[in-house]
Amino acid sequence: MATSDVDIQIAERALQHHFADMEQQQETSTFGMWMFLLTEIMFFGGLFTAYLVYRASYYQAFVEGSQKMELWAGATNTAVLICSSLTMALGVRAAQTGRKKLMIVLLLITILFGLGFLGIKGVEYHEHWENHEFPGPNFHFETIDKKPPVDPQHTEIYFSLYWAMTGLHALHMIIGVGLVSWIIIAGLMSAYTPSYYTPVEIVGLYWHFVDLVWIYLFPLLYLISKKHGG
Amino acid sequence: MWQNFPLFPPRASALAWQVDGLYFLLVAVSAFFTLLIFVMIFIFAVKYRREAHPHPVQIEGSLPLELTWTLIPLGICMIFFAWGSLIYFQEARPPKGAMEVYVVGKQWMWKIEHDTGQREINQLHVPVGRDVKVIMSSQDVIHSFFVPAFRVKADVLPGRFTMTWFRPTKTGSYYLFCSQYCGTQHSGMVGEVIVMEPTAYQAWLSGNSGGTSGSLSANGQQLFQQLGCATCHRFDTQGRGPNLAGLFGKPVLLDDGRTVVADENYIRESILNPGAKIVAGFKPIMPSFQGQVSEDNLMALVAYIKSLAQPQQSQSASNHQAVPETSNVQ
Amino acid sequence: MATAVQTVERENYLNSNYGIKSWLLTTDHKRIAMLYLVSITAMFWIGGFFAMMIRLELLTPAGDLVTSDTYNKLFTMHGIIMVFFFLIPSVPAVIGNFVIPLMVGAKDLAFPRVNLLSWYIYMLGAITALTAMVTGGVDTGWTFYTPFSTTYSNTHVIGAAIGIFIAGFSSILTGLNFIVTIHRMRAPGLTWRRLPLFCWSNYAAALIMVLGTPVIAITLLLVALERAFNIGVFNPQLGGDPLLFQHLFWFYSHPAVYIMILPGMGVISEVVTCFSRKRAFGYEFVALASIAIAVLGFVVWAHHMFVAGISVYAALVFSLLSYLVAIPSAVKVFNWTATMYKGSISYNTPMLYAFGFIGLFTVGGLTGIFLASLGLDVHVHDTYFVVAHFHYVMVGGMVMAYMAGLHFWWPKMTGRMYPEAWAKLSALLVFVGFNTTFFPQFILGYMGAPRRYHAYPPEFQVLNVLSTAGASILAVGYVLPMIYFLWSLRYGEQAPPNPWNAVGLEWMTASPPPTHNFDETPVVTWEAYDYEHQPQEEITVGH
Repeated sequence: MATSDVDIQIAERALQHHFADMEQQQETSTFGMWMFLLTEIMFFGGLFTAYLVYRASYYQAFVEGSQKMELWAGATNTAVLICSSLTMALGVRAAQTGRKKLMIVLLLITILFGLGFLGIKGVEYHEHWENHEFPGPNFHFETIDKKPPVDPQHTEIYFSLYWAMTGLHALHMIIGVGLVSWIIIAGLMSAYTPSYYTPVEIVGLYWHFVDLVWIYLFPLLYLISKKHGG
Repeated sequence: MWQNFPLFPPRASALAWQVDGLYFLLVAVSAFFTLLIFVMIFIFAVKYRREAHPHPVQIEGSLPLELTWTLIPLGICMIFFAWGSLIYFQEARPPKGAMEVYVVGKQWMWKIEHDTGQREINQLHVPVGRDVKVIMSSQDVIHSFFVPAFRVKADVLPGRFTMTWFRPTKTGSYYLFCSQYCGTQHSGMVGEVIVMEPTAYQAWLSGNSGGTSGSLSANGQQLFQQLGCATCHRFDTQGRGPNLAGLFGKPVLLDDGRTVVADENYIRESILNPGAKIVAGFKPIMPSFQGQVSEDNLMALVAYIKSLAQPQQSQSASNHQAVPETSNVQ
Repeated sequence: MATAVQTVERENYLNSNYGIKSWLLTTDHKRIAMLYLVSITAMFWIGGFFAMMIRLELLTPAGDLVTSDTYNKLFTMHGIIMVFFFLIPSVPAVIGNFVIPLMVGAKDLAFPRVNLLSWYIYMLGAITALTAMVTGGVDTGWTFYTPFSTTYSNTHVIGAAIGIFIAGFSSILTGLNFIVTIHRMRAPGLTWRRLPLFCWSNYAAALIMVLGTPVIAITLLLVALERAFNIGVFNPQLGGDPLLFQHLFWFYSHPAVYIMILPGMGVISEVVTCFSRKRAFGYEFVALASIAIAVLGFVVWAHHMFVAGISVYAALVFSLLSYLVAIPSAVKVFNWTATMYKGSISYNTPMLYAFGFIGLFTVGGLTGIFLASLGLDVHVHDTYFVVAHFHYVMVGGMVMAYMAGLHFWWPKMTGRMYPEAWAKLSALLVFVGFNTTFFPQFILGYMGAPRRYHAYPPEFQVLNVLSTAGASILAVGYVLPMIYFLWSLRYGEQAPPNPWNAVGLEWMTASPPPTHNFDETPVVTWEAYDYEHQPQEEITVGH
């Protein structure tokens, strides 16, 4: 699709005064988002470190905790997020080729997938809450086959880390949904053209990152052992 | 002169001389380099001041110089690394036959329990010339056992035993400080280590044997019966739990394939959180005694288990804990 | 009193817009730097007030000025404010923000709005932490060791932790901005090898900010959650591990000290070259040393834990690496000294502070070698020896570098010269006061005086009194610049674009610069610190 004069005007208006040209602005913005994602890796990294340290020392306790995870929920969520990354990537491509309506539709589907993820997560959280699997004074743990737990103290730590890691991830998902909504609204107001779609691209990067964090969380938290809730 | 303007604490342990030696070498080398820099800056600042030297000579750099002042400091540092590490190794390996003293740190006092049963608060009596190993834990937050005169320090942790050792070489009374911030009375958690001649120490021991309930391991044996440990951990026949005779210090095979050494921390964890490590061939049925045993109790139990020698006879029971039993009484 | 003949005041970033909104909603990096200057100065005085209270209490062996709990809060809050709210932002947020875009020939940082956001986040973090301090205080030490901080302390731990958590994001965003700016916004001809060493140092510090800060953020978040919900990640009674906290904490907090010192080293490189009128000796080595410090700084954290219960083998590794990280700093000190060789040296205030920095940082750095040595660390860990060591590098080093930078770039930032005589006097007072305060603490530490002690054995009193006396001199040395800097804003001599005849893009625009920095994007055709071909005139001001 040829770049029209309108497109060029939009790009020129979007050029910030301290950049020499749109190419510099676009490259800088993308670089900035990659740096930010690097900080996010370190942020989650602290929790992953704590998790790996405790799992190595108290494997049985972690196995028993993990067996109470709903495998269907985790697997479905994984599929949902992977699909959402696909629609997101296609949405960025649509922006790049100037197909506004397609971009809006794809981003809306992405949001739906995101909300679906959060909904399933909510169901899981409710289930764990009802089972007293939230750390603190009311924590009470029963293994999947109703035997006494081998090391309830460290299973409680498993759950502390489960809630912290998935909670932090869910928070990032909510922020992601917000960001994609913003892009949709701006897109509806024709803010993006093939010459200027940087915000779409960097929100896309963020979304993929949040997806990737889940890809690590899922096997670590859900797939420690074969026996499962259902 | 040092009396009025002391620069270092009294040297009252075998290690103190080594630590001071390293320190003074470091002081000398540091003073040399500091003076070198100060003097060079002073000379350059005066000799090349604007009035005297209006035209600077541009020099980009010098690879030989860079290599020199990289490699020489590195080499010097390696000497300090080696010497410091040697001292540290010594501190980490208490000699065999060291006399053992158990220390409980709590906000804000030191509770000392000798193996022979004497208890002290904020004081530790030891004989001169004898190796002393302190086995410590905290009842609450992290403390740190610091005796400047011995140049020795080790953090005292809740949930774990830590240890250090020293050999006092000079009689006298020396400060014991808590050196890990632990709350309101952190600076009040000061005690003294009293080093005595061997005869005086013996006198102190016998003078203080009243008021104690026997040696630490005897206490431990009592607890072992009272808490019901003896029900499952039998010595005459195979019980529901492993035979603890001769266990201490030996490797133990766990049901997940790992092998661990049965040290103080293993005993402690087995009492408080038995599910964390299950011995191969046994079921995870031991209850936790968390909340039922104090730090003092734990130390007594550890002392008791340490005192258990190899069993005299062995019928179906095996001496080596690594081999699981063939018959398990349910 | 203007000395230049100017009938119409030239438009610059200060007078281009008036009104509080134009400041609070600015995206101009120079105005944001000024906003930071005000906030950070305020935090410095608050932290300094706590220091004064500590030194007053320590005049006598008994704890008689304040209660134990209050004293514990004083040293905690002194540490938290000075580390997180003063030292970490100081040179980057004030001087870096102002000068880096100018130095690379850009109109602004890469992300001006993120820069403003970073200031607001800093303010939110500072207000949160100060609120916790004012409504009861926090007494865990700035190191927040568990389980004391999670379970036993009865103070506003969560508030303080959240304040630091928030301020951490300010640091991350500043670092991110610097990295992207230095990569992407350099003027034509400004290659990496022509970049001022100030940019290299801030770049290295920014790498640490970006990679390390998130770890302490998540660690403090876990502490807050543990306290709020009584979960047991760090609490041994609930199966947690207090050593895990220490590892996570120090994984950031050790590199953090390099975040603090590297920008200061960058200032020293600029000042020494300018006032020796010489190229930087060993430019590539100094630049690479900055990167080496940043990288090695990440692998030495457990040298804070030699007596904490780590294994002997881990201790060996961390001790060895700690020696390695000292070497690049030594290389820098030698290179700065060599830069002065056959230079043409003038004794302006920034240079005096630079002399002080090099000497005192050397002492501080060398005493780090003491601490890296395992056998010796066992004796001096958690004593006043450590306190003396880090104050030598942080105050004798970093704060002096900050003062050097403030004085060096003050004409550029404000268009005014500070009064040189008063400035020199202050520098002297700082040097004398500082050494009197902190040198005795080395001796105290080796004697066995533990740190964080409210009351101490009477034999330690003489050295403590000496230390407090020094602190009063040091305080005067810091009060004077407050006064004369403020005075200079109204009565200081007007500054020309390049009062020091320094080489660097920031000196090729007006003092203060116009909002857009340069009328035309400069094209760089000269090497860094090209004092051979660049301005040669005699210094006319403040010699």
